[in-house]
Amino acid sequence: MEFFRYISKRILQVIPLLIIVSIISFFIIRLSPVDPLAELRLNPSISQETLDKEMKRLNLDKPIYIQYISWAKSFIKGDLGYTSAGEKVSVKLKERIPNTLLLTVIVIFMTWAVGLPLGILAAVHKETAFDRMLTVISSIGMAIPSFFFAILLLIFAVKTGWFPVGGLTSWNFSEMSFGGKILDISKHLVLPVIVLFTISLSGLQRQMRANMLEVLDSDYVKFARAKGLSEGKVLFKHALRNAINPMITLLGFEFAGLLSGAALTEYVFQYPGLGRLILEAVMKSDINLVMASLMMGTIMLILGNLIADILLMITDPRVRGGANGSD
Amino acid sequence: MEVIKKIFRDKFARTAFIILFLLYLIILFADFIAPYSNTYSNRDMAYAPPSKIYTINECGKISWPYTYNYVREYNPVLMQTVFKQDRSQKYYIKPFKNGHLFGVEEGGQVYLLGTDINGRDVFSRLLFGGRISMTVGFLALLVVFPIGLLYGGISGYFGGIVDTLMMRFAEAVMAIPSFYLLIILAAILPSGMTSVQRFALIVIILALIGWAGFARVVRGMVLSIKNEEFVQAEKTMGASNLRIILRHILPQTTSYVIIAMTLSVPSYILAESGLSFLGLGIQQPDASWGNMLKEAQEFTNILYRPWLLTPGVLIFIAVLSFNILGDAIRDILDPKSQKRI
Repeated sequence: MEFFRYISKRILQVIPLLIIVSIISFFIIRLSPVDPLAELRLNPSISQETLDKEMKRLNLDKPIYIQYISWAKSFIKGDLGYTSAGEKVSVKLKERIPNTLLLTVIVIFMTWAVGLPLGILAAVHKETAFDRMLTVISSIGMAIPSFFFAILLLIFAVKTGWFPVGGLTSWNFSEMSFGGKILDISKHLVLPVIVLFTISLSGLQRQMRANMLEVLDSDYVKFARAKGLSEGKVLFKHALRNAINPMITLLGFEFAGLLSGAALTEYVFQYPGLGRLILEAVMKSDINLVMASLMMGTIMLILGNLIADILLMITDPRVRGGANGSD
Repeated sequence: MEVIKKIFRDKFARTAFIILFLLYLIILFADFIAPYSNTYSNRDMAYAPPSKIYTINECGKISWPYTYNYVREYNPVLMQTVFKQDRSQKYYIKPFKNGHLFGVEEGGQVYLLGTDINGRDVFSRLLFGGRISMTVGFLALLVVFPIGLLYGGISGYFGGIVDTLMMRFAEAVMAIPSFYLLIILAAILPSGMTSVQRFALIVIILALIGWAGFARVVRGMVLSIKNEEFVQAEKTMGASNLRIILRHILPQTTSYVIIAMTLSVPSYILAESGLSFLGLGIQQPDASWGNMLKEAQEFTNILYRPWLLTPGVLIFIAVLSFNILGDAIRDILDPKSQKRI
């Protein structure tokens, strides 16, 4: 029961957060001198009817707080308006969000699968050549700008021709068999995944190493060793379980970093994700689309943090007991 | 001073420190070191490859360094312009020419790292671009830190409803994916600003993204410091709240602030370059390492004109050096991490 009470409390906390975020983003965007319907008006294929509907939805002739309320109302109802090209924003988002999620989820799984063992190994073999080598590699991984790395990989892809360049699917995607489709998507995913993987792996590996070193230095690990437990038991039963908890909290932040890093990577690889969508929308000053994708990015981030918190509750009994400590 | 001594004891930190020192020295004297001015452009020589500098002449003897000019030719078979060396005329490198560190004889051209689409010398622009890319981070920090310190200080010190409200707001700012917020803020900047105005606004935008996370950590530290005896003593002596926060609590966070500063400079450098790379940051004709890389977005450029990628290498070197230096400073100032080493 305790479990569900904590989760529902945590979910309720999300609501005021979302409201504040929406107010901030709404006012930022309205600060700009751009007329939100200018692009729609210029597009000859948009009917006067649609324009009137948008005018009514956004209440542009009313004071700004009424504009916000009417925007928020329509957002909750799922009506996100039209893009400057006349498509429905919600359709566009539905098409892009899964792509970004696919990319980030793959990257998170890969970084955890590789980063945690590497971090543990580096901590256990502290100060050896292996540890130093990992430190050097992770420094390099953290310093290389994501878009520059993406460009370098593009050169590689163009020169070798091993990987398709850009997009998520080939032109003849619709004709492929199911297996062929999966293979095609995976081939397109390789390069963006490599970029994001390299960049987030470094931070994760370092953090895991630091946590592990701290835990290995603690009294209970010394005690476990002193009572003669095997090294494997000490590491995996005593040290690891404590070292991994802070990593779960980091998961939420990692997700945030990935969303941001993905925007540039998606741009370079022409990957049809949320990051590139918002970038294109910003460049075309397509206000409806910008606003909606900003909110969607935020919701994804908040949900990521929520999942991390729930996971932490499962693994860390202290969180369950003290429910909401003072941060 | 103790810190600097310790930095010099560590091999990596020393190298990083020296590299950064040299980089800043070079961009400080960019006007002198760069062979061409900020506004130089030779439209006939777009995308010229790097000039080759020879120190051994055709007779196999050591000679004063010289170079050949490139001439542009159209190759009808390949259907593209190619650059060929014009071997008929040697141009000797001349030190201290026209108030620059080096130059070349009248009529000659020396492009150490080739030229870009407008025929501008990439080497010179790298130096001028470094001025922007390497300072933007520090300037943003100058905005972030007072805001973050004061915000976190007030929030943690007063606690209660003030704390709750202030922290919810900071969390909301942190909940927006930072790069999304960054491009939106950059995009709503009105066009037609002078380059100085634009630079200042970009600094402020970068700061608007970074303050919240910093304020949160400061608040956490203040929460634990405010219960210490010296704060209680100040209170009984009747010091004002603001005075206690500014004079007694915040100075306790100094070592964290220094660590956070060195460790966050790279993220600002990366953010600026990303923004300029997309065309939302520093605008042409001003150079920044990010907007110079914009040209690398074209396939033909990255395949046939690799010298246009040099800004990326410099960003990499600068960020790497800051990271190494930041790690070293953290190990020195933070007694907890020292134990781990």
